[in-house]
Amino acid sequence: MSKDIRIKKGLNIKLVGEAEQTLAVTETAGVYAIKPEDFHGIIPKLNVKVGAEVKAGESLFYSKSDARILFSSPVSGKIIAIVRGERRKVLEITIQADAKQHFAEFGKKEASKMSGEEVKNHLLSSGCWPFVKQRPYDVVANPNQSPKAIFISGYNSAPLAPDLDYALKGKEAELQVAITALAKLTEGKVHVSISKETNLSPFNGVKDAELHGLVGPHPIGNVSTQIAQVDPINKGEVVWVVTPQDLVVIGELLLTGKFNAKRTVALTGSQFSKPKYVTAYPGATIATIVADNLQSEHTRIISGNVLSGTQVSLEGSLGYYDNQITAIPEGDDYEFFGWNKPIFNKISASRALTFSWLSPSKKYDLNTNTNGEHRAFVVTGSYEKVFPLDIYPMQLLKSCMYKDLDEMEALGAYEVAPEDFALTEFICVSKQPHQKIIREGLDLMREEIG
Amino acid sequence: MGLKQNLHNLKEKYKGTKMAPAFNAIHTFLYLPNETTQGGTHIKAADDLKRTMNIVIMALVPCLLFGMFNAGFQHYAAIDGSLRTDVLANFFTFDNFWIGIIKVLPLVIVSYGVGLIVEFIFAVIKGHEVEEGYLVTGMLVPLIVPIDTPLWMLAVAVVFGVVIGKEVFGGTGMNILNPALTIRAFLFFAYPTWMSGDKVWVYDAVNRTGTADAISGETILGAYAQNQEVVYSTFDKFMGFIPGSIGETSTLLILLGAAFLIFTKIGSWRIIVSTFLGAAVMGFIFNQVVAADIITESSKFYGLMNTVWWEHLMIGGLAFGAVYMATDPVTASQTNKGKWIYGFLIGFISIMIRVFNPAYPEGVFLAILLMNVFAPTIDHYVVQGNVKRRLKRAKVKTA
Repeated sequence: MSKDIRIKKGLNIKLVGEAEQTLAVTETAGVYAIKPEDFHGIIPKLNVKVGAEVKAGESLFYSKSDARILFSSPVSGKIIAIVRGERRKVLEITIQADAKQHFAEFGKKEASKMSGEEVKNHLLSSGCWPFVKQRPYDVVANPNQSPKAIFISGYNSAPLAPDLDYALKGKEAELQVAITALAKLTEGKVHVSISKETNLSPFNGVKDAELHGLVGPHPIGNVSTQIAQVDPINKGEVVWVVTPQDLVVIGELLLTGKFNAKRTVALTGSQFSKPKYVTAYPGATIATIVADNLQSEHTRIISGNVLSGTQVSLEGSLGYYDNQITAIPEGDDYEFFGWNKPIFNKISASRALTFSWLSPSKKYDLNTNTNGEHRAFVVTGSYEKVFPLDIYPMQLLKSCMYKDLDEMEALGAYEVAPEDFALTEFICVSKQPHQKIIREGLDLMREEIG
Repeated sequence: MGLKQNLHNLKEKYKGTKMAPAFNAIHTFLYLPNETTQGGTHIKAADDLKRTMNIVIMALVPCLLFGMFNAGFQHYAAIDGSLRTDVLANFFTFDNFWIGIIKVLPLVIVSYGVGLIVEFIFAVIKGHEVEEGYLVTGMLVPLIVPIDTPLWMLAVAVVFGVVIGKEVFGGTGMNILNPALTIRAFLFFAYPTWMSGDKVWVYDAVNRTGTADAISGETILGAYAQNQEVVYSTFDKFMGFIPGSIGETSTLLILLGAAFLIFTKIGSWRIIVSTFLGAAVMGFIFNQVVAADIITESSKFYGLMNTVWWEHLMIGGLAFGAVYMATDPVTASQTNKGKWIYGFLIGFISIMIRVFNPAYPEGVFLAILLMNVFAPTIDHYVVQGNVKRRLKRAKVKTA
């Protein structure tokens, strides 16, 4: 351990429905939908037509801005539809998967003997490049830039997050190979962070990277929190970020020559009768994964976690980057005098006749009710208590709202991703959509500044 | 079930119409709405603006009730001074409270009635929801005016304060000046004879002027300003058995309210503490000026300058202003560091105005309004500190 990363500001949101550590295998056959929208900021150019057969790892589309960035099919099968929206925007590419998977062959590689350029080209041609995301802007990395460091968060602190120690167990070899390869892409270091609370992490003893111990509440697992403490981003600098489950895919590609996007997905939340882990491919239809496991029809299904995930229907699909599906009750009901009576069954960052501060370890069954209406910013000083970065959150949000690029830059917009504003959004008394505001601000900066 | 369903049906019926905000205001008062999260976080914490404002109102209720008793007590004690010898026995009586009911309650009703009508009109015209800001303002206003303020005067001031102080800027959250203090300032400058002097602070003192039954209605500050002897004990001042604006007199209850606001994390302890600190420092400086014989008894400033620094914290509106007014998050500094500076200057300037203002020996509301104006400037420099740190980091890196 070289340097521990400690924060005090933050909030652990404890919910009912943690995944039990049992693994079920879901059928591979079925319909898969790949949504270009999962890759924020990418304008897709199709490589395939309806009716074509693809193998797992063959590209479906590429980025308009850089034709080298390919996006691969996670499964082998037949393209059955290309769903388009307004102005012919590609919304979904649907694939009927084969029962037995066929993989495109990319050849085994020895990571330690590859050059940086070789690694980059290999990741690009195999469709693994989209797993590398960049800060600033939180988008798929630009292969023409070189990052000052690469960050991997081996610990997820979000509500009900999958236990990566469990989900990645036995993948030590893949992780190591992938890190060795990624280390060639940067002149700086690869930083891997793991929780100090357990010593079961598959990253323990990892080589070619600097290991950091994490201590503190959510958002300690967010990469921005870690970057800010280890090697903060300044103007003009780029940091790349890869998630551990995507590292496994990269590792397997190098070891076996196959693009195998299969991952362990946690089914979490109070609406699952059996919260557990399952294996699935990105793009899988939600219904096949959660089959017979939901307690009620009146459920919000989320691909991802409750703070930053995407709402999906049963017919929807697992997000390309997601390794968690959360199901919580919908909260579309009125509550008599809900705004002034004492509250015991909801989480609050204040003590305004809310009593979650009395039992910090209690698990809550929260629903999707907004608990109030949208208002202008009024309360001050509350965001800072759950926001560990050296940034003024409300000032940055406001600069995004009035689109002052200079001010956004000065206030630290390069250092944040929308997910960093999930906690402030959760506790916001004015119910402002913080993550959306930040996303739009970052998009504007990317467009104007690049 | 019946009421809930009926209201829901009405809401659907009014949806999109001009009257929807007015209806929704009443609906959301009864029921937390059935809105669910769309995009962004799928869960939200329990607090909303209504809950936040409600906590402030709860913190104000003791001051209001005490003010109602005190309205009667000051009236009867001015007629019969012997009542003051055993305050506790003579204070919580129904006779006292009755005066509170006939004099204070109408002020509360007019303040809320007029203010909410204005808010509803603006919500309907501008098509946004009725915002909660006035729930607190409406309660603050009657607590910071003299007991004999005519109701029509209050109504005019409320209309002015809500429209010019808040709505023209875009409503709750956008205003620069504290609306309650804008209302107070309007009253002060438009009707000064009703807002200061030695008559208005005790019920009926104005009416009785010049008759055989004349009574004094002077505050402690008024007495000090004229270098007169003050008859009230420290106990009376702390407990609030003294004349003054309706809700400002009891330092004890205000401190309890402050404790409640700080505990619930609604009020900023930084602002409250720093305001008291600023006032204490200014008071102490004046004490030293007197101790150094720079100001002597012949000076008209002697009475107030010689007031012991901690006594300044108990008399007048300082405590009330520090706890309930300066802490308004919209008009205060928004950064934690800024709050220290903002609060300190409010306290400091309050006592300065209190001592030097020849016309009216109180400066809290003027000091807060002044600092409301400067709060964005304070924040600007605090935020610049953060920006400079970031730039410096980048330079070290490239050097």
